[in-house]
Amino acid sequence: MFKLKTLFIAALLALSLGTATAPDAQAADKYITVASTTSTANSGLFDFLLPKFSAKTGIEVRVVAVGTGKAIKLARNGDADVLFVHHKPSEQKFIADGMGVKRFDVMYNDFVMVGPKSDPAGVKGAKTAADGLKKIAASKSPFASRGDNSGTNKKELELWKGAGIDPTGAGNKWYSATGSGMGATLNVASGMNAYSLTDRATWLKFKNKGDLEIVLEGDPVLFNQYGIILVNPKKHPHVKVDLGQTFIDWVISKEGQGLINEYKILGNQAFFANAQPGS
Amino acid sequence: MNRDIAMSAPSATAATTPATAPSILPLRVENVSFDAGGKRLINDMSFTLEAGPRTVILGPNGAGKSLTLRLCHGLLTPSAGRVMWQGAGKQDPMRRQAMVFQRPVLLRRTVAQNIDYALKLHGVPRAARGPIIEDVLSRTGLAQFAKSPARHLSGGEQQKLSLARAWATKPQVLFLDEPTASLDPAATHAVENIIDTMHTEGTRIIMTTHDLGQARRHADEVLFINKGRLMEKTPIEDFFNAPETGEAAAFLKGELRW
Amino acid sequence: MTDISQAFVTALHLLVAFDANLVEIVGLSLRVSLSAVALAVLVGLPLGAWLALFKFPGRDAIIVFLNALMGLPPVVVGLVVYLMLSRSGPLGVLGLLFTPTAMIVAQAILVTPIVAALTRQVVADLWVEYSEQMRSMGASPLGAIPALLYDARFTLVTAVLAGFGRASAEVGAVMIVGGNIDHVTRMMTTAIALEVSKGDLALALGLGIVLITLSLIINAATHTVKVRAEAVWT
Repeated sequence: MFKLKTLFIAALLALSLGTATAPDAQAADKYITVASTTSTANSGLFDFLLPKFSAKTGIEVRVVAVGTGKAIKLARNGDADVLFVHHKPSEQKFIADGMGVKRFDVMYNDFVMVGPKSDPAGVKGAKTAADGLKKIAASKSPFASRGDNSGTNKKELELWKGAGIDPTGAGNKWYSATGSGMGATLNVASGMNAYSLTDRATWLKFKNKGDLEIVLEGDPVLFNQYGIILVNPKKHPHVKVDLGQTFIDWVISKEGQGLINEYKILGNQAFFANAQPGS
Repeated sequence: MNRDIAMSAPSATAATTPATAPSILPLRVENVSFDAGGKRLINDMSFTLEAGPRTVILGPNGAGKSLTLRLCHGLLTPSAGRVMWQGAGKQDPMRRQAMVFQRPVLLRRTVAQNIDYALKLHGVPRAARGPIIEDVLSRTGLAQFAKSPARHLSGGEQQKLSLARAWATKPQVLFLDEPTASLDPAATHAVENIIDTMHTEGTRIIMTTHDLGQARRHADEVLFINKGRLMEKTPIEDFFNAPETGEAAAFLKGELRW
Repeated sequence: MTDISQAFVTALHLLVAFDANLVEIVGLSLRVSLSAVALAVLVGLPLGAWLALFKFPGRDAIIVFLNALMGLPPVVVGLVVYLMLSRSGPLGVLGLLFTPTAMIVAQAILVTPIVAALTRQVVADLWVEYSEQMRSMGASPLGAIPALLYDARFTLVTAVLAGFGRASAEVGAVMIVGGNIDHVTRMMTTAIALEVSKGDLALALGLGIVLITLSLIINAATHTVKVRAEAVWT
C-alpha cells in the first residue's frame, strides 16, 4: 500500500514539474499581440496568413480575438501592439483620441443576412437591406442580434436606423440581443430559426447552419471594411513598435494583400484586399 | 485479552525515571474558583500536594473532579485564586507533567510515531528518541505494535500507549482522568500496573476514578470533592474506614446525589 | 442525436490519434490547473488552519466571507485580474496579461477559498478532539498546525480535489486573462468555447468528453490511493 501511494505522489510530482518547466511560450522573444475580432479569427484567415508571416520574419503573432468593442478597449489599455478590426468610425475615433499612430485599409468583405429557408418574412425578394429589415419588423419574425458592441453589431444597428426602425424597444419580443459573439448568436438563430446579420466569412465556415441560408446579399451598404492600426507608443511606451510596424507593412504589402485574396472558404474568396498603395 | 496482561517485570531505567531537574512539587492550590456558563463550578478550593503519595480524587458525578485535574495541570485557568508549583522556579511546570484522559487521544500515525511526536514536543533530539520509544513500548507490552497504526489497537492497548507516551517524557507529575473507565478488567489491571510502576520510579500520581476498589488498592490519599468544594483530604484507609464528613460517608454508601 | 454520437466518435479519434494540438492543449490545462491548485494549497492550508485555531475580533465575518468566496463567479475574477494585469492597471509593468502565468493567478484566486474554507472546518473539528491532549504535551495551537494538517490529510485531499475540479472546469477567468491565444494560452475549456462559437458542436463536445475523461482518471486514481490509505490510518 505504501508503494502505491509513493508511486502516485511521484507521478503527480513528475507531472506538475514536467508541465511547469515546459518551455513557456512567453519566453519567445519576438512576438506581437494583435487585438482582433472573433469573426476575423473564426473565418480562418489568421490560421492561413500568420504562419507565412512568421516563417518570413521569425515574428510570432499572438491574436487575442474578442468583440470589436473589447478589442478596441484592449488597444486603448495598451494590452495589444496592433489593432485589426472592422468598424471605421470607431477606428477613426481611436486615432483622433491619439491612441493609434495611423490607420490603414486592409481588406473588405461583406455582410449577409441569413434566415430560415421558409423565409416567413419574405426577405428573399427584397432589393435592399433596409427593405429586408422592414419586412422582418413588419412580420415580427424572430431576429437574433449580437448586441455586444462589436463591428458587426454596430453595422446591424446602423442598418436598422437606415430603415427607420428601432428594434431594441422592450415591446419587440421578436428581437433577441444575445450579447455574444457571432458564432454564439448564429447558434441561437439556428436554434430559433431566426434571421440574423453575419459576415460572409463566418457564415461560410459556420458548422451549425441548421435550417438557415443566405436570404439577402449584395446591397452596397453591407460592405465591411477592415483597418489595421499600430497602438501609439507615446501613450504606451512598451508597445513593440518595430515588430508591430513590420507586421502592418507586410499586411498591406503586395505579398500580404495577395495572400489575403488567395484565402478561400469552401472554394470562395472570403476577403478582398484593398490597401491603398503608398498610404 | 491476554496481550493486555503480558508485560516484562518492572525495572527502572534511565530512559524512564523522571528527569533529574529539581522537582516542581509541592503543588499549592490556593482559593481556586472556576466559573463557566454563569455558574461557579469550583468553589474556593485550597489544598497542597507534597511529593510522595498517590492521590486519588473522589466524588459524585459532576462534583468537579475532572475540572480540578485540569485546573491543576494548567489546561484551564482559574477564575479566582492561584495554582502554584512551588518547586518550579523559572521552569514551565507543564513540561514536567503529563496527562492521560479517559479516552486515549492518538494521532493517525503508527504507535511509535505517536510517542516520537511527544518526545519531539519535549525537545528530545532525534537520535535519542529511538531507544526511549523502544524502552517504553517494551515496558508496556506494546513492542510488537511499534509500526502498527495506533488507531488499530484495542481500547486497552491504546490506553497503554497513552501511558507509554506520557512515560516517555519522564513526567514528575502524572494526571489521569478516569483512565480505566472504558476498559475491560484485564486491560484495567495492566494499566494499573503501569501506573504503579511509574509511581515506584518517582512520578507523582494524581488520579480520578469512579472505582472505589481501584482507589483503595492504588492510592495513598484521597481528595474528596462534592459540588465543587473540597470536603476532605484524608489518608486512604482513614477515608474508607472513618470519613470525616457526612457527605463522604453518604458517598461511600452510594447515597450521595449531585 | 447525431451531434452527440458524432462527438463520441470525434473524441475517440482525437484520443487515438494523439492529436498534437490536443496534447498541447491538455498539457497546458494540466499545467495551469495543477499550478493554481498548488498555489492555493500553499496559501489556503495555513490560512484555514489559522482561522480554525485563533480567535480575534472580526473572525466570524472573515469566515462567512471566505465561505461566500467559494461561489465567486469565475468571469468576475477574470475581469478583476485583467484590470490588475492590464498595461493600464497597477501591475501592468509585469507584462503578465495573456500568459499562462496570468491564468494560474486567476485560477489560484478561485481555488484558494475552497481549500481554506474546507481546511478551516476540518482543523476546527480536529482541534476539538485533540486540543487538551496536545496542549498537555506542550503543543501550542500554532505549533500544532503541521501535526493537525497531517492528521487531516484524507479530508484535505478531498478539499484539494474539489479545488482542482473547480479550476479545470472553469472558462470565464482564463478566457479573459489568457485571451485564448493559439499555442500560447489555449486550454481545454477555452478551446471548447471556441469550437462552440464556430458552430462545430461535435468537436466541442468531443473535446468535452476528453476533458471529462481526464478528470475521471485523476479522480479515480486519487480515490483509490486515498481509500486504501484511509483504511489503514483511521
